[in-house]
Amino acid sequence: MTQISVENLSKSYSVAVRDPGLAGAIRGLFQRRQRQIAALDDVSFSLERGELLGFIGPNGAGKSTTIKILSGILRPSSGSCHVDGLVPWEQRITHVGRIGVVFGQRTQLWWDLPVVESFALLRDIYRVDQPRFARTSERLIDMLKIAPLLDTPLRQLSLGQRMRCEIAAALLHSPSILFLDEPTIGLDAISKLALREFVKDLNRTDGVTVILTTHDMHDIEALARRVIIIGNGKLLRDSSFESMRAEVLGERRLIVDFANDSSDVEIEGADVRARDGRTVEFAFDPERTPAHTLIARIAASHEVVDIRVEDPKIEEVIARFYTLHGAVES
Amino acid sequence: MNAAALPYLSILRARFALMLQYRAAAFAGFATQCWWGAIKVMVLAAFYAGSAHQPINLAQAITYTWLGQGLLGLLPWQADAEISAAVETGNVAYERLRPVDTHTFWLARAIAARAANTGLRVLPMFAVASIFLPMIGLEAWSWHLPSGPQAAFLFAISISLTVILSSAFTVLLNIAVTALKTRRAANIAPVLVSPLSGMIVPLVLMPLWMQPFLFWQPFAGLVDIPYRIYFGNLAGSAALEGIAAQCLWVVLFIVIGRAWMARVMARVDMQGS
Repeated sequence: MTQISVENLSKSYSVAVRDPGLAGAIRGLFQRRQRQIAALDDVSFSLERGELLGFIGPNGAGKSTTIKILSGILRPSSGSCHVDGLVPWEQRITHVGRIGVVFGQRTQLWWDLPVVESFALLRDIYRVDQPRFARTSERLIDMLKIAPLLDTPLRQLSLGQRMRCEIAAALLHSPSILFLDEPTIGLDAISKLALREFVKDLNRTDGVTVILTTHDMHDIEALARRVIIIGNGKLLRDSSFESMRAEVLGERRLIVDFANDSSDVEIEGADVRARDGRTVEFAFDPERTPAHTLIARIAASHEVVDIRVEDPKIEEVIARFYTLHGAVES
Repeated sequence: MNAAALPYLSILRARFALMLQYRAAAFAGFATQCWWGAIKVMVLAAFYAGSAHQPINLAQAITYTWLGQGLLGLLPWQADAEISAAVETGNVAYERLRPVDTHTFWLARAIAARAANTGLRVLPMFAVASIFLPMIGLEAWSWHLPSGPQAAFLFAISISLTVILSSAFTVLLNIAVTALKTRRAANIAPVLVSPLSGMIVPLVLMPLWMQPFLFWQPFAGLVDIPYRIYFGNLAGSAALEGIAAQCLWVVLFIVIGRAWMARVMARVDMQGS
């Protein structure tokens, strides 16, 4: 069942511009010029209940703008958007009562209050009755392992501890959609892994629809079956990550440590991508030249210390995609 | 508890409890206010020594001063510090993610802050200026009780309206801060509030021709009107007129605030945050 539908959504901001120098500044006192910047340009997509969508794109691509429109904070310049039958910015109060939002670089808990008091305040703000609140909060506290943190004021918690509390806070009212805007930013490796596990579990067990934006491609790899890529405000791609990888950068990598100087090594069927001392990185297309053929060729003509076969890094795939589509911020 | 009012009462309670924790700040404020109160009382005495006939007598002016020092926390000199910080970091977006009416929510926060801040200071100030000063023989310089039960009753109503009026103005400052994206947008407040409330000089001591304007402008309801009701300078129908002026401005500030909030929140962009 379609839960979120977005049609031809556009949002432009007007930015004041002035000519350079003192003369420009003085002219600006009397005459203001405005320039329109398109943050979103004709974006459409729809989402089923229970999906887990990764939303990626370079800085300034329009990810946050989309999240803000979907969550009812911003009003678009044109286009339509329905979430569970509501127009987010028009029926804001009802709408925001049904969603949970975590902005990775922001906090919705009260800085000076112990976490448990913030939770109680959120219970009242979202009008959650006490029995239901007790059940939900107990489960979240257990799953996110935040019981020892509850009596501490937020400002005394580490970033990782705080993020776990933030996620619990966003789910106290059992929302049917969870928006996560860069939730893993600044977290250490263990916290990231724990957070990914939690989100995956929440999506699978509770059927909560999750929309995730991130710059950490490992988040995407671990979580999202479906990925929307956005660049310069336009929707560039909407598909599974694997199909995009195959299309954009289907090649594999062969990394060879030679025993001797390798500055002039060339192998038929593979291109040299990088050289570093005696190590050479080749790129090859497994459809045309299988790895074992290539390895045999190299071993036949050179003395080799070590050989490894790798997929291109996910960051590389994305960077290649951005470049192909001219999506990087100018 | 009424379900519709629950979020607002809850934030009010939480803010109130939080503000009560700031004991050190309250003590420092109290010490400063005693000092200022003493200076202002001496300035007033010098002023009255030079001109005998004034609309309020010296004892009333002194009570006015101590009341002002005790209730200083009711004056809306700044926007809500937490909301200002949220505007500057972009956190203010979260205010729109709460399923509540943002204006009412901010008003409840402001009322809690004003009430807690004042509650902490007014009692020690009263103890010093009303009980301690007469004990050491400075009866003439002390804070007197209301002029009678009727004055006390009307004062209770009027000072409650002051809390709401001040808070409604604080919300206007919050909106200004949100619209201009800097806490400095609220710098206008002390310039208006200090002279027009009567905090610096009691408004009745200003020239006669200014009196109608001074009485009906919004900030008289913060200091001048409730204090004059307290010592019976405004009594009977004049007191009711003062309370009517306060009600008028409470309503206007809320109506203006709601309309302005809707405009600001519709165009606030929060790009890249």
